[in-house]
Amino acid sequence: MATLREVKQRINSTKSTSKITQAMHLVSSSKMARAERNAKKYVPYMNKIQDVVAAIANGTAASHPMLVERPVKKTAYIVIASDRGLAGAFNTNSIRKAITAMEDRNQSKDQAVIFAVGRMASEFFTKQGYNVVDSEIGLPDQPAFADIKRIARTAVGMFTDGQIDEVVMCYAHFENAVSQVFMERKLLPITDIAPATTNASYEFEPSGEEILEVLLPQYAESLVYGALLDAKASEHAARMTAMKNATDNAKELINDLTVLYNRARQAAITQEITEIVAGAAALE
Amino acid sequence: MKTTVVNIVTPDGPVYDSAAAMVSVRATSGEMGILPGHIPTVAPLAIGIVRVKTADNKTELVAVTGGFVEIRPEQVTILSPSAEVAEDIDLARAKEALKRAEQRLQAKKDGIDVKRAELALNRAINRINVKEGNI
Repeated sequence: MATLREVKQRINSTKSTSKITQAMHLVSSSKMARAERNAKKYVPYMNKIQDVVAAIANGTAASHPMLVERPVKKTAYIVIASDRGLAGAFNTNSIRKAITAMEDRNQSKDQAVIFAVGRMASEFFTKQGYNVVDSEIGLPDQPAFADIKRIARTAVGMFTDGQIDEVVMCYAHFENAVSQVFMERKLLPITDIAPATTNASYEFEPSGEEILEVLLPQYAESLVYGALLDAKASEHAARMTAMKNATDNAKELINDLTVLYNRARQAAITQEITEIVAGAAALE
Repeated sequence: MKTTVVNIVTPDGPVYDSAAAMVSVRATSGEMGILPGHIPTVAPLAIGIVRVKTADNKTELVAVTGGFVEIRPEQVTILSPSAEVAEDIDLARAKEALKRAEQRLQAKKDGIDVKRAELALNRAINRINVKEGNI
């Protein structure tokens, strides 16, 4: 049986670990609340831009390369994970989603191009020998549009240049604090345009084509930003749950160890008494 | 007096929301003045100043960096990657950005993206103009 001192030490170290996980749990929950608010602030912009894209795409004969599907030779995957671990299976699941997406398309490593957001994704795909064209590391917890613009623009640019024929985003969609859904979403070509909600028929100045030229890249970039906000909220939620579990486990462990400690102490006392009694009996 | 609602929205949230008697924006095809009751129109914007004339005849300025404007008879919506109202602009930072962009253009080293530097220059000039009220 473990000695009293050893058990005491383990209790103390578990206690201090649980203090840290408890603090991380609280930090993540406040970050999650802010990330959720950010995601809400972005909604009006998204709705508006979707409205206009729908109005133009449905209302005119204007066409644009970004709207046209072409045979897929190369696919770009924008994988959104985080910079740090300690978030349960968050990073693993985002990465796995990308791998599954590749398998679904029967693609080999050289048919895939990776845009990694977050150090975990970047390191994983680099180590596995994928073609990581661009990665964005060290994003703040509450990212602004400008933070993601470069990588989004590169992806959109490569698509328009014809270097890639499809862009897919793999990220965690935030449902609520306890559930995140890992999903893949096709970014380009844009095929899932909702039917126009407004029946206004617009005049285009100078022309429908030229507006699409400006509008579609902006639309695609903002979709990437939307996914990032979504993923950030999920990341904080995942970390919150992971830290909550860690704290609970630590508490349970402390309880078990305390029982063990008390038992060991009792055994020591009993033994001491037995020895004294035995000693006294020997003298008689 | 008839007014139209003006909304300026960016991915980081709404920036401006108010009623206006007239709005002028700089579209890529030229300056555009919008009065209430304008026919529905969509136009892309250049980096420039949005001037909003309120019902009590004051003029408010907002710096926008491209994007586009969607006009409906009773509503004008401007969607831009980033936008700032005059009060929010940090003049020192804008001047800093201006200096940086100028230096980069002057250095003309290989490998610098001239177009990007020019865009950065335009954005900085635009923000300084809005802040100082030079129209």
